[in-house]
Amino acid sequence: MFEVHCPYCNEKRPEIEFAYAGEAHIVRETKADELTDQEWAEFLFYRDNKRGDHHERWWHQHGCNMFFNAVRNTLTDKFVMTYKMGVKRPTKTQIKAAKNGK
Amino acid sequence: MKFSASSLFANALSGHKKWPEQFPNKEPKKRYDIVIVGAGGHGLGAAYYLAKKYGISNIAVIEKCWLGGGNTARNTTIIRSNYLFDESTAIYDHAVDLWDGLSQELNYNTMFSKRGVLMLAHNVHDVQSFQRHVHANRLNGVDNKWLSPQECKKFLPILDISQNRHYPVMGGALQMRAGTARHDSVAWGYARAASQLGVDIIQNCAVTGIRRSKDGAVKGVETEKGFIAAGKIGVSAAGHSSTVMDMAGLRFPLESYPLQALVSEPVKPVLNCVVMSNAVHAYISQSDKGELVIGAGTDQYTSYSQRGALHILEHTLMSICEIFPIFKRMRMLRSWGGIVDVTPDRSPILGKTPIEGLYVNCGWGTGGFKATPGAADLFAYTIAHDEPHKINAPYNLDRFVTGRLIDEAAAAAVAH
Repeated sequence: MFEVHCPYCNEKRPEIEFAYAGEAHIVRETKADELTDQEWAEFLFYRDNKRGDHHERWWHQHGCNMFFNAVRNTLTDKFVMTYKMGVKRPTKTQIKAAKNGK
Repeated sequence: MKFSASSLFANALSGHKKWPEQFPNKEPKKRYDIVIVGAGGHGLGAAYYLAKKYGISNIAVIEKCWLGGGNTARNTTIIRSNYLFDESTAIYDHAVDLWDGLSQELNYNTMFSKRGVLMLAHNVHDVQSFQRHVHANRLNGVDNKWLSPQECKKFLPILDISQNRHYPVMGGALQMRAGTARHDSVAWGYARAASQLGVDIIQNCAVTGIRRSKDGAVKGVETEKGFIAAGKIGVSAAGHSSTVMDMAGLRFPLESYPLQALVSEPVKPVLNCVVMSNAVHAYISQSDKGELVIGAGTDQYTSYSQRGALHILEHTLMSICEIFPIFKRMRMLRSWGGIVDVTPDRSPILGKTPIEGLYVNCGWGTGGFKATPGAADLFAYTIAHDEPHKINAPYNLDRFVTGRLIDEAAAAAVAH
């Protein structure tokens, strides 16, 4: 079990308080009726499944009940950073800075 | 060299020091007709069937680590085919058919033991759902029968069927052709048989890229030992399938999760079948060595770390002790995590890809071991014919676009 920093509570809490909620930054198309079947399949089913730094959603289910985003390394399971919903997808430079503890 | 009573006797006289190498570790040639990526049971089996059934022996099986060291070595060795849907029973029962004669065919003891899989029902929903499975299985010619609590007790004497338990046993579905096999010997048996037919097994050689020609077809694989040309490439890389497909520029509907399992200290025979329970959420069997082999669901997050969280194991053991309080004081010896590639409908992807000459056998999620011979056989058919067999035709990649999903998730056992 690891500790997860909730950006809303602004504190580290044990993993069992949280639920994993899949890949982050998958935006629902506003013009849904114009999508092809292939595009729908990609939105619904296709995932990065990244080996390395992965952008993902977490839900502080047994805490503040808020969803937030995180970058976690899927080789070490270590969280690199967590950030509030609506914050832009961190760039590689920002991820690197977070890893160096800046 | 053939294993037999006389070869065993002859080698005993020389102190078992003169057994020949079972599967020589080869250096790669420049070119192969077919390259299989991943030397687990599925990949080695596919190479074996390609050589045996279709006479193609210019094959290399390329493995990043050592053969059979991935999910083949990281499962709970359960074999069954009591799935709900027609497509599922067809594919898993094909595997059970092949498991049946596998030791004889490979001349290698896979220790397939048809000890039966008993799925316990603890509530009205379980009873209805399992009886539906029993009927669906019977229509598909798959053995599965309904047992009353008393019949369950008769079959499995250590089961407590008193009705004042938190999770009372209200019956069970028993598949007698189901059971367990020795996981390592499946990989070793296929490796040995394939080697004897001229297949090269190249270990400790990671694939780092897939080279394609101008018209898009595959040309070969880039590896740690240089470029290897191939007419066709079959990817059988389990939890790392999407990583390998990414090398060919393909995104896949897969997510890789850790699935943990653990074994106890060995004890005398006490558990004569495999027991699964959806409601309490765990499954257990006893190995021939005497260890209890225990598993449950996947961890919640995607990962490639081959380890999971301790609280998942704690939950698994709590469930086992709930069903079998007599195991409360057993000590656990080892635990491990395998990386399982899960599809949105919890059914595998076994067939062609949008790239010419590139084939894939992935997405088995938490249920890949039981399918080993069947998947390998169908994968070999698909590669040899450049089109899927009718059993694996529904397991195409297209189903995520057409919507013809094989949604076994709703009909899953504990974690498939």
